[in-house]
Amino acid sequence: MDLIKEVEKKYLKEDIPNFSPGDTVRVHVKVVEGTRERTQVFEGVVIRRQGSGLKETFTVRRVTYGIGVERVFPLHSPVISRIEVVKQGKVRRAKLYYLRKRAGKAARIRERI
Amino acid sequence: MTKAILARKVGMTRVFDEQGRAVAVTVLQAGPCYVSQVKSMETDGYNSIQLGFGEKKEHRVNRPLRGHFQRAGIKPCRFLREFKVDDPSAYQVGQELNAGIFSPGDMVDVSAITRGKGYAGSIKRLGFHRGPESHGSNYHRGPGSLGSITANRVFKGRLLPGRMGGKRRTVQNLSVVHADGDKNILLVKGSIPGPRGGLVEVKQSVKK
Repeated sequence: MDLIKEVEKKYLKEDIPNFSPGDTVRVHVKVVEGTRERTQVFEGVVIRRQGSGLKETFTVRRVTYGIGVERVFPLHSPVISRIEVVKQGKVRRAKLYYLRKRAGKAARIRERI
Repeated sequence: MTKAILARKVGMTRVFDEQGRAVAVTVLQAGPCYVSQVKSMETDGYNSIQLGFGEKKEHRVNRPLRGHFQRAGIKPCRFLREFKVDDPSAYQVGQELNAGIFSPGDMVDVSAITRGKGYAGSIKRLGFHRGPESHGSNYHRGPGSLGSITANRVFKGRLLPGRMGGKRRTVQNLSVVHADGDKNILLVKGSIPGPRGGLVEVKQSVKK
């Protein structure tokens, strides 16, 4: 196992902010359009963090025009230029799949202060 | 020069390429390997090199092998494997080989013993289709008909359940993602047969 950590070490990012499920984050993603590269922002609630080391991923959920959109990001992916924590949410479980069934007011998350 | 090395499968992970895409890789501890014997056309009738890999305690080595290692001037190795090469004169007995013989972008063939699955049915072992689970079906995971009733026998070559796995299998044309000669780390794109910790043979690919 040590050798795997050794391999992963040079790919790991160190500037990842502390965030957990329930938090609202703004993920800056690099998008390549033809030859141009620009940054896209995806903002939503973190509903899951999964995996460890270089394999860790997190899922961000947002509802746009009444349609729920979930994106899974590899935490250490070089495509992600920045992760901003907008709001810290107070939740009682690690995986917030119940949000998928809720809409509007019911899908609110209390803020952690 | 034909390149070959023995390695231990460490496990899988993923790394990111220049485009930021995740690439699934198998981590191999490749080497250090030692050339224990060089066979040439003149002396043996064919060209090959014998590589030793892994450690073995001196007192566990039997006398004939001990002499073999002594003559090569190397420490006793746990594994000895032979690889056919085009030009054996490129190798010397006692020479050390490490993961640095490969470089990123090289194509390799990887051989290893697959995991033993035990006595497996025809669905798992041969990819047969299964029968319905319910609606009065009495045919679930069986192999089906074994042939004509008038033949009075089962023809040879009939696909049937049996032992699965535990066989030597080669995966061809895997690309090397990263090779570190100092730490003997070799990253190969994709999966490789066998359990973690298993012995793996890495060769320059035959086809590309």
